[in-house]
Amino acid sequence: MAMKKTLINRDKGRDLLTYAVVIAAFIVMQTLSTQGRLSSAVKGYLVPVCCYIVLAVSLNLLVGVCGELSLGHAGFMGIGAFSGVVLATLLKDTVDNVTLRLILAMVFGGTLAGLIGLLIGIPVLRLRGDYLAIVTLAFGEIMKNIIGNMYVGTDETGFRFAIATAKPKLVGKGKWILSGAMGVTGIKKLSTFAVGFGLILFTLFVVLNLINSKEGRAIKAVRDNRIAAESVGINVTTFRMKAFVVSAFLAGMAGALYGLNYSSLDSAKFNFNTSINILVFVVLGGMGNILGSVISATVLYILPEAMRGLADYRMIIYAVVLILVMLFTWSPKVKEYTSVAADKVKRIFRKEKEAAK
Amino acid sequence: MSNLYPKNTVQVPTFNTFRESDAGKPLVLDVRNLGIDFGGLTAVDSFSVSLGPTEICGLIGPNGAGKTTIFNLLTGVYQPTRGSVLINGIDTKGMSTHKVTKLGIARTFQNIRLFTDMSVLDNVKVGMHNQIKCSFVSSLFHLPGYFAAEKRANARAMELLDFMGLAELADQKAGSLPYGVQRRLEIVRALATNPSIILLDEPAAGMNPSETTELMHQIRRIRDTFNIAIFLIEHDMNLVMNVCETIAVLNYGRLIAKGTPEEIRQNPTVIEAYLGKEDAE
Repeated sequence: MAMKKTLINRDKGRDLLTYAVVIAAFIVMQTLSTQGRLSSAVKGYLVPVCCYIVLAVSLNLLVGVCGELSLGHAGFMGIGAFSGVVLATLLKDTVDNVTLRLILAMVFGGTLAGLIGLLIGIPVLRLRGDYLAIVTLAFGEIMKNIIGNMYVGTDETGFRFAIATAKPKLVGKGKWILSGAMGVTGIKKLSTFAVGFGLILFTLFVVLNLINSKEGRAIKAVRDNRIAAESVGINVTTFRMKAFVVSAFLAGMAGALYGLNYSSLDSAKFNFNTSINILVFVVLGGMGNILGSVISATVLYILPEAMRGLADYRMIIYAVVLILVMLFTWSPKVKEYTSVAADKVKRIFRKEKEAAK
Repeated sequence: MSNLYPKNTVQVPTFNTFRESDAGKPLVLDVRNLGIDFGGLTAVDSFSVSLGPTEICGLIGPNGAGKTTIFNLLTGVYQPTRGSVLINGIDTKGMSTHKVTKLGIARTFQNIRLFTDMSVLDNVKVGMHNQIKCSFVSSLFHLPGYFAAEKRANARAMELLDFMGLAELADQKAGSLPYGVQRRLEIVRALATNPSIILLDEPAAGMNPSETTELMHQIRRIRDTFNIAIFLIEHDMNLVMNVCETIAVLNYGRLIAKGTPEEIRQNPTVIEAYLGKEDAE
């Protein structure tokens, strides 16, 4: 029974550490920000970093925990971003509270992304491995192009929605909120660092809870051995679907937060590159390692932004950093070294404990 | 081979020897005329067997006779081309594996299939999947129902691990365990699904003689404790002859003999299948 306790405590300890790191980082950044010690450039990073952390954690649920390679995460982000922005614009006069309007937009964006995830999941989740990767890649591109030809607006006849190659005419007075390839312009910026932090906490809460529950065990079992999972009565499709929809929902929320952080937004942003970037965060942070995703999303988002001064060289440096991190985290020698170091640290703590006794 | 179509209940006397305590009780597994073709190849044909609620039955046969194929047919991994499988009286036709499992059949695998990256305890808890009553929403937000369900699951999983002498290892990663222990863990995971029949695919493979002897005791103990039927494939004749009450012999996908260990030992067809035909002198 003692064994069981340590196991559960170790899991809990890791989760608590994840929460602690995120909360500590928030407090530090918020304090610095209120004291006016942050440059406007750094302040500008805060909300996108929150978005990318949520995207990385939600994709990690799919890629790391569920073991399904998805290359269309930017598609869900885009759905969330545009639906969130459109809703926020429509609610401009009815909901006065800015934070409430932002949260409503995020919930709407997440729900729509989750619903589309469910619809896409029905045919797509019949596929496995490489095939799933290819289909999700196509999904991301399709979403980008649909949004790029989508017109949403209001006029005297009420709400207007169209998918067309040329801009349709409005009746009387009115305007397009989303106008095709032009995207949305003149967005009122609603996103704040505090709400972004709240979204990260919500994401961590949902994802970590899911991993430590019956559903999470089933999802991991499907990843480790599908045939054995079926043999103990797990409906494989259902659990892949649950992971897919939760992941899409969270990506949609992050997308809405992202969209409402800029004054203009177009669909080209949510392309294959963005999907791959999020995947890079997940892979470098470690498959299934939630805290790893949080840290790598932060570092890898800020790194190229901070190197803007280096102009064309920054992507070269970024690539070199990626390769080095890969080499270091995967090299057996480095692994050995870190495990020895971890043992030493543990021994020191144990000695202290014994001394205290 | 007059008894290819057994009735739905255990009948005494039959040419199979059933346990007296099973007499008149419904069959837990009733296989009728089962057959499967892979393209032009008939892997299994006209296979019939029936197990009483607490029977230990062995399935033996030379390599490639179709033993594992039969297990795959029974658990819904393959859909039979002909014939039917009834588990606790319910026809499994067209059911997928997870649905068949819910009818009360559990299995282990010839090449061990544990969830290697998960802890021993979690492996068992995955086995208890359908026993844990906890909604998706309360899992997501860890509502009070979640904690109650997890507590019950942990207690039950530890009980099962303790039963097979694995409680001390609950903390370990399943993939890091020695081979023999992994086999035992697979049995615990199968037991965790609360089955009425358990299929063991070569449980003694890779075990040393002392481990095999222990396994024999454990198989009997499983039957006596959980009151379930056991259907096992095994090449270790010592184990089969000692543990099984009935034995079915398969060759080229067909049942060539069925009976008590004593009958099987003396059956000329079985001897021929295993050792080849004696040359006419």
